[in-house]
Amino acid sequence: MKVKNVMIVGVGGQGSLLASKLLGALLTDEGYDVKVSEVHGMSQRGGSVVTYVRYGDKVYSPVISEGEADFIVSFERLEAARHAPCLKKGGKIIVNSQMIDPMPVITGAAEYPENVLEELKAKGVFVDDIDALSLASEAGNPKCVNIVLMGRLANYLDIAYDKWIAAIEKIVKPQFAEMNKKALDLGYHYKTL
Amino acid sequence: MKKLMLGNEAIARGLYEAGVKIVSSYPGTPSTEITEFAAKYDEIYCEWAPNEKVAAEVAFGASLRGTRSACAMKHVGLNVAADPLFTLSYTGVNGGLVMIVADDPAMHSSQNEQDSRHYAIASKVPMIEPADAAEAKEFIKEAYKISEKYDTPVLFRMCTRIAHSQCPVELSDREERELPAYEKNPQKYIMAPANAVRRHPFVEERTKRLSELGETTALNRTEMGGTETGIICSGTCYQYVKEVFGDSVSVLKLGLINPLPVKLIQDFAAKVGKLYVIEELDGIIETHLKTIGIDCVGKELFSPIGEYNQSSIRAAFGLPQPETVSADSQIPVRPPVMCSGCPHRGLFYTLAKHKITTLGDIGCYTLGSTAPLFALDSTLCMGASVSGIHGFNKAGGKESENRTVCVIGDSTFMHSGMTGLVNISYNASNSTVIILDNSITGMTGHQQNPTTGYNIKGDPAAAVNLEELCHAIGIKRVRVVDPYNLKECEDAVLEELAIDEPSVIISRRPCVLLKYVKAKPPVKVNTDKCVGCKMCMKLGCPSVSIKNGKAHIDFTQCVGCGVCTQLCKFGAIETEVGKNEG
Repeated sequence: MKVKNVMIVGVGGQGSLLASKLLGALLTDEGYDVKVSEVHGMSQRGGSVVTYVRYGDKVYSPVISEGEADFIVSFERLEAARHAPCLKKGGKIIVNSQMIDPMPVITGAAEYPENVLEELKAKGVFVDDIDALSLASEAGNPKCVNIVLMGRLANYLDIAYDKWIAAIEKIVKPQFAEMNKKALDLGYHYKTL
Repeated sequence: MKKLMLGNEAIARGLYEAGVKIVSSYPGTPSTEITEFAAKYDEIYCEWAPNEKVAAEVAFGASLRGTRSACAMKHVGLNVAADPLFTLSYTGVNGGLVMIVADDPAMHSSQNEQDSRHYAIASKVPMIEPADAAEAKEFIKEAYKISEKYDTPVLFRMCTRIAHSQCPVELSDREERELPAYEKNPQKYIMAPANAVRRHPFVEERTKRLSELGETTALNRTEMGGTETGIICSGTCYQYVKEVFGDSVSVLKLGLINPLPVKLIQDFAAKVGKLYVIEELDGIIETHLKTIGIDCVGKELFSPIGEYNQSSIRAAFGLPQPETVSADSQIPVRPPVMCSGCPHRGLFYTLAKHKITTLGDIGCYTLGSTAPLFALDSTLCMGASVSGIHGFNKAGGKESENRTVCVIGDSTFMHSGMTGLVNISYNASNSTVIILDNSITGMTGHQQNPTTGYNIKGDPAAAVNLEELCHAIGIKRVRVVDPYNLKECEDAVLEELAIDEPSVIISRRPCVLLKYVKAKPPVKVNTDKCVGCKMCMKLGCPSVSIKNGKAHIDFTQCVGCGVCTQLCKFGAIETEVGKNEG
């Protein structure tokens, strides 16, 4: 299979590492060659974070560059727009519509551009925006935004949904499995557009 | 069995399989997880050393005693460990010794972009570089064979994109190794001049033999494809080249990157048309080619700055790029910030408020340099704040002494801040040193250190008492403040600056991200009381913003540290649930 590219982007501390761990484990079990590339350290402190997940018959580069991503899964609205140039023509953006102010907005040096998703849609980009924060809270913890979004992504990838559930059971600590499965479900079944 | 592994986890697996028994390291992004993963194997003794020099010397001792050992560090850590490295090259090893060094092109989490290959050349030690996690595991095992066969420490070069990328890795069993009887060998291990003069020729001879190894080793491989273009590369660049060109070009992929082969390169060059060298950072392979008289294209086309990717390779070759789309609005940057409730914030607010000159150090608190606090004047390297303030004050005299401090974390102080404090005491400057003791090594992701009372496994360990240590060094004025208490911080800083003797302020509160630190309920803004003066905004807390002219607290981020409540002159930020929620 030709290599598929998924970018997981968000704000440091939102749990993108768990999401990529889930996706990576799932794709490995499916028998694909997989590369998952993360950034640790300084960038995690509330900064913009990016994880690259690539899978197919043979994957070389660990990173995704401009115009290459089949999917951008964004944990935050502004981050979806920041990384939109990485989207392939015909690629899809799945985004938590939550807004988290970056420091320049907090200090008043810049304004938060609230209409970025509409701007992208106007240019013909497929944007599936969901209120993942509310769904995560419904599942039991606002921190489950990551799994809600993975559930949403499950609609678009060619992997049976029960395998996603199995992957949750494998990756997440037993005491949190039920909550995360509920989060996955809420994301998967959420209606939009 | 194949397992998806981080490059650093694969290194740890390689150490396990190679029968390594001792690993000593100091944390540093992107190398930290090597030692953390190694510590999960009961067969390997692992530890966090106070710094990389200590770690490398522990590995030396273990090698001298006959076991396979390792130390792992970031690129700048090798600067600290350079002293043992250069002479280890002369002594060679008893048990295999591998020093893993992780470069950080693009400086995701570093203060410079140095290319550690220069160290291999300068110390005349072989260096190996893998191109992904799977290779990292295999190459580590090969590194131990080379170390023992050629009687040399081996440098093992990683970079961020390999250290922090996962790929499927095939697992093998561990080869257990018996501890041999110890045999004294002073001619080899006592590097006094009389012995060292005999070891230097050995080193030169060894380099010749290693060059010959480079001609035949499986670490270097040629992948012939189209012959119009030939590319020589190593590490992650190989992946970008294959991504862009597939089999349409021929590739010489180098895994043993010091010493570099001659004939292998000459043969490859003879088989291809135009020859390119693609290497991140400095043009080291390119320089080698030009030295042996082979024409190639290198740094005139590929930047010595930052990381490459498939896009930058395409750009360099003038190949078409895929279409892109972007939003019309300007996207504000999102730089890393100190976390909500970070204990460093209160102290930095005090320093910023009084416009105190502040020499900074390496850690999360480097973020105190950013808007809106702008609290730092310098950040150089581990420990440089404490040594630097002494020089600054000696140069500036009393005026400097009364308005300058330095800030350094607990782990960084143990790493190389305490020697600077010895100098302040011994050579008498009236410097004010602030130790930001958050009871953990923060930036690298919560590693224990000699002050925390726990070892790498989380078991109880002896804890250095910072107050007693500073007293023992000769500092009479040592006081502890709670950085959540702004008045206490302000009093301490102003008093210690005014006093004409050296002093240490320990700003003590555990990192808010530590699991045992329980968050308090978020504070709330009473919008009736808030006048929108934005005083609370001066803290640069990511939880505090202005919405509709009034302060607003993000309840998902706020941990109720209460520092902003102390700043509000109108009592508008309430620690209990008020009538009007912000």
